[in-house]
Amino acid sequence: MNRLAAIALAVLFAAGGAGLRAEAPLGAWVRDAQKRVVKIYGAGGLKGLEAYQSGFLVSPEGHIATAWSYVLDVEPVVLLDDGRRFESKIVGFEPSLELAVLKIEATDTPFFALKEEPTVDWGDPVIAVSNLFNIATGNEPASVMQGTVASVTDLNARRGTFKTPYRGKVLILDLIANNPGAAGGAVIDSDGQLAGMLGKELRDSTTGVWLNYAVPANALRTTIGDIIAGRKTTVIDAATAMLPRKDSHNPTALGLVMVPDVLETTPAYIDTVSTESPAARASLRADDLILLVNGQRVDSQRTLRSLLRTIDRRDDVELTVQRDTQILPVTLQP
Amino acid sequence: MIHPTKLALSSLLSLGLAILSGNLSLAADPIKLDPSLEQVEKSRVESVARAVPSAVSVFVPGGGGGGSGVMISPDGYALTNFHVTSPAGSFMRCGMSDGNVYDAVIVGIDPVGDLAMIRLLGRSDFPAAELGDSRAAEAGDWCMVIGNPFLLATNLKPTVTYGILSGVGRYQYPSGTLLEYGDCLQTDASVNPGNSGGPIYDAEGKLLGIVGRCSFEKRGRVNVGVGYAISINQAKNFLGYLRSGRIVDHATLGATVSTEPEGGVVVSNILESSDAYRRGLRYGAEILEIDGRVVQTANDLQNVMATLPNGWRVKMSYRSEGKTVETLVRTMGVHLEDELLKKMAGALPPPPPRPQKPDEGDKDADEKDKDLKQDSEPEKAENPPRQRGPGGQRPGKPAVKIPQQVKDQLAERKGFANYHFNLAEQNDFIDALRSQYPAGAQPAKTSANDEKLAWLITGETDRTPAQPVRIQVAADKMSLQIGQETLEIGKRSEMYDVVTDGTVAGLLPALDAWRRMLDAGPQKFGESYYMGTMPLGGERPLRDVMVGIAGELEVRWLSHPKTGAVEAIEVFADRDEDPAELWLLRDGDPKVMPNTLDLRYGIDSILKIKVKSWEVVPASGLDWSPKSKNANNAVDGNSTLIDGTSQTTSKRDEVKA
Repeated sequence: MNRLAAIALAVLFAAGGAGLRAEAPLGAWVRDAQKRVVKIYGAGGLKGLEAYQSGFLVSPEGHIATAWSYVLDVEPVVLLDDGRRFESKIVGFEPSLELAVLKIEATDTPFFALKEEPTVDWGDPVIAVSNLFNIATGNEPASVMQGTVASVTDLNARRGTFKTPYRGKVLILDLIANNPGAAGGAVIDSDGQLAGMLGKELRDSTTGVWLNYAVPANALRTTIGDIIAGRKTTVIDAATAMLPRKDSHNPTALGLVMVPDVLETTPAYIDTVSTESPAARASLRADDLILLVNGQRVDSQRTLRSLLRTIDRRDDVELTVQRDTQILPVTLQP
Repeated sequence: MIHPTKLALSSLLSLGLAILSGNLSLAADPIKLDPSLEQVEKSRVESVARAVPSAVSVFVPGGGGGGSGVMISPDGYALTNFHVTSPAGSFMRCGMSDGNVYDAVIVGIDPVGDLAMIRLLGRSDFPAAELGDSRAAEAGDWCMVIGNPFLLATNLKPTVTYGILSGVGRYQYPSGTLLEYGDCLQTDASVNPGNSGGPIYDAEGKLLGIVGRCSFEKRGRVNVGVGYAISINQAKNFLGYLRSGRIVDHATLGATVSTEPEGGVVVSNILESSDAYRRGLRYGAEILEIDGRVVQTANDLQNVMATLPNGWRVKMSYRSEGKTVETLVRTMGVHLEDELLKKMAGALPPPPPRPQKPDEGDKDADEKDKDLKQDSEPEKAENPPRQRGPGGQRPGKPAVKIPQQVKDQLAERKGFANYHFNLAEQNDFIDALRSQYPAGAQPAKTSANDEKLAWLITGETDRTPAQPVRIQVAADKMSLQIGQETLEIGKRSEMYDVVTDGTVAGLLPALDAWRRMLDAGPQKFGESYYMGTMPLGGERPLRDVMVGIAGELEVRWLSHPKTGAVEAIEVFADRDEDPAELWLLRDGDPKVMPNTLDLRYGIDSILKIKVKSWEVVPASGLDWSPKSKNANNAVDGNSTLIDGTSQTTSKRDEVKA
């Protein structure tokens, strides 16, 4: 059974004809949205890096879409609107969308169904629901703000202005939605449909202006659907057997010299690339961060080494690396 | 020859014209606005118009910033933030949208809740805001903030920003123990420096709260879509306390709690000296409700407690060992009295920077002027040493001349923001006391001028069989006779004992205090002050509370806010023990004799007397029975004088178990 189809078929929710009734309280509209938004707690808490962010449910089985960030460097804890607390697992992520999907062991969760077509255009009223500044503690509902979509545009009109690997269209918002902890929050249109996901804080590197934006829901739809359906999981397949050392790949043979592995989870940054190696032929460089090996998430150098041990040394290795704000697919040929 | 640019320009122009004509054709066929939309817009305009007149712009005289406020009564009482008034001390100038500037005097302050009450002078018909109900407000409700952001309202026209409530029942941690925002409102309407102390209204223009805080973090001190307001329901709890002119404190239960994993607020620690402990709250008990509000998490309880003033007695229910207990609990202060004053001095926003000259000697007039100018730049203060006189004016700063009409309403006293307003309330209290029974019956019999008067009350107990009761209260001696037994107090020190022992004779000190207060008035009674308003037995309306301390006893009179009738007198012998409570029941009119006296300790009534007569008689006419017992001996002997006494004993056992 195609789970995605099931989700698409599932009845969304009674938005109550929630067109933006100017002075009527936004009560039902707000409340329905809040129920689908979660608080996520993970790594951080140092040097202005908040250890929390937001997310929203995208399946009745506890799948949660959120922003891919350092907060997810540890298995995050998720707090639902009803106050329930869950350990979560990262089941997939897409660096180029700055998107991650978590899974909690919950059923019958209220969720947003994602539309194929854009649901909003400029001038449309929206609300943004997130746990900005971690104001909502415990079972308190997430914070809600209102405004309009100011524009639907590309972020990369001028490369390097905003440091993000995301290259698609964004919804520019006229509300100050993108605050600490707001990343992964939901932007909802006046019909109660998910219009987009609040992105990480972005600041114009030249003017210092902070951007208020969201990644449109339709841009996330396919990836989220693929992850939920298991077609694009980044979870390491524990069933795959390790090969004998002599039969498998290893970083040295591929020409990868990693930064010193001094932490329990040292990020897989490349320190140098050996000349004439598969890595050099694939134009890998120092400071590239290896995110995926054959589609499986690399959360540390230890994971990188063990993943390479599962691949026959005569086979290609597919890497996804991050170079500054670019996400690059790379194939290493032995 | 036409220049190509010009050609382009003219084509642009014609394009513009085309657009314009397009508009014209539209105008010929006017846009149909949905009538409901029109109505909504109209009502919004009306709401703003309704709300703006009660907004106040606060300016600190002589520079040093300012903020906002909101008028809540026609006679000039306005609310603002403690952190707005503190740089000013006792005197500030306030602008209103009528274009006038009024002198204003500090009334009362609440440093923990960041509230202050000020009074604008010169009118008795100020436009006052209508107080709303913040408990009914929900996330998503439209709201507006009106005030003086960036002190822009130099033309006295306040700024209106509009948005929604982003959350309700929020908790924002205090800095230390001051400036705690519990159960507060969160809004995305723009709140900026200078909005502090100003009103947030609902869509109809009713007052929802007092704005005072923002989340800023890394984007500088400008709005980032997150402002917080003290709920108006919290402010309502404090209005009476603030009107007392005091520096008021917030409440704590004297217990710590935690949220259980499967839900529920459970006591994790409790002070044995707390009233909650006396009411049976113990480690492991689950608190269900407090002041009529259900609590399910520690956060909920913290939110409710943050909205309560020190010394209030509120309803509480808890579950312990399978039993649900409904009771009343007296809250204790977050601070000791002097502790609050000390912390407050430390928490006052630092005075604006003053030019530090290397050759700083005697300042001449010019330098003082510069000093003032510097002061007028708000929000620049960092951390200069804090110095402050009790009146709030900084020593060394050129004194701001306080207008006479402000001086007339200003009185300094330790522990008070402005003792003037306390005196006024004390006068109201004694006037009310002197116009209610039995004061009206004062010269019951013509007696010699120097003859001391006393009270003689007769009645019977409400138990069957009813026993006759005779109460005599004279200046130096008093007695309570129930049936054949008489308890007598001949010395003041014995009054302390009858209260700590929890005996039926506890009603004598209460009646004595009343009689003496009538006689002497608050100034001569002892140390007296008006405390504010609080519930009686956990019930609203909030009663006016007058406190008189004489000797070892602290006496509180709780009077009905409308009639002024004394409804209960509480006599505290020891702060860590239950007071004797004498409840007076009447048929409405305070001029009519109370029909029932009800003596209570804790939540138990131990003696109820149906009053038959209450006379003011010459002390010489009282009958002091020779065989009467000393009130304490009767208790110490543990005699079974009357059913009341035995009940008392059992009550004490229960509490101390």
